[in-house]
Amino acid sequence: MHLPVPIEYYLALSAIMFITGVTGVLARRNAIVIFMSIELMLNSANLALVAFSTRMGNDAGQILVFFVMAVAAAEAAIGLAIVIALFRNRETVFVNDMNILKW
Amino acid sequence: MTLIDVIFWFFAAVTLGSAAVVVFSRNIIYSAFALLFTFFGVAGFYVLLGADFIAITQLLIYVGGILVLLVFGVMLTNKVVSVDIKSGTLNAGVAMVVVSLTAGTIAGIFYATEWKTAPAEMLQPTTAGELGTMMMTSYLLPFEVASVVLLVALIGAAMVSRRDRSKQEAA
Repeated sequence: MHLPVPIEYYLALSAIMFITGVTGVLARRNAIVIFMSIELMLNSANLALVAFSTRMGNDAGQILVFFVMAVAAAEAAIGLAIVIALFRNRETVFVNDMNILKW
Repeated sequence: MTLIDVIFWFFAAVTLGSAAVVVFSRNIIYSAFALLFTFFGVAGFYVLLGADFIAITQLLIYVGGILVLLVFGVMLTNKVVSVDIKSGTLNAGVAMVVVSLTAGTIAGIFYATEWKTAPAEMLQPTTAGELGTMMMTSYLLPFEVASVVLLVALIGAAMVSRRDRSKQEAA
C-alpha cells in the first residue's frame, strides 16, 4: 500500500498560492488582474478545504467548496459588470484612477 | 518516488508557475490564459485527492464560466493592440510589507500546528453520491440560498452593465 502525499504539502502549496494572490491584489493596478488574483486566493482556500476534507474522511468540507464556487461565480459576474460600467463611463480599469469618491 | 508523487510535483509546478504568471505578467491576456492552467492544475489536485465531484465542478464553473467571463472583461476593457505602459505595480513597498506579514503569519501557523489525518481505511474512493445526498438533506437550505444568490447576481450584473436607455434618450 503506497502512502498518499502528506497533507502538509497541499497546505504549503495552498499557502503559496494564497500569498501570490495577495501580492496581486495589493500590487497590481489593473482591476481585472485584481479579480484574477482574488480567484487565485479563493482557489487556494478551496484546495486547503478539499485536502482537509479528504484526509479527515469528512465530506462536509467539499460541500463548503461547492458554495465557495457558487459565490465566486456571483462575485465574478458582478465585479466584471462593475468594471465594464466603469470603463464605459471613465475609460479606465486602473484602480488608482478610480478616485471619484476621494477628496 | 512513486507515480503519485511525480503527478503531484507536476501539478504543483504547473499551478504555482502559472499563478506567478497571472500576478506578475505585464500583458493582461497572458494573465488570463495563465489562469486557465492554474484552474486546470487545481482540478488535477482535486482528482489526486479523490474529490471527483469537486474536480468536475471546478472545470465546469471556473474554466467554463468564470474564465470565459474574465476573458470577455479583458476584451471589452483593453485595447489589445495598444501597448499598456501603465499596467505596472502600485505601492510596491507597502504591498511588500503587507505580503511579508501575511506570509509570516501563515508560515507560523503552518509550522506551529500539528496536522492530523484520519487513518487510510476511512478514506472513500469517490464522493459524488455522498455529496449529492448531503446537499439534498442536511445542506438543503444553503443549497437553495446559493441558487437565490446566483439569480440575484445574474440580474444585478445585467442591470449594472447595460446601457442606461432613458438617459440616452433624454440627451
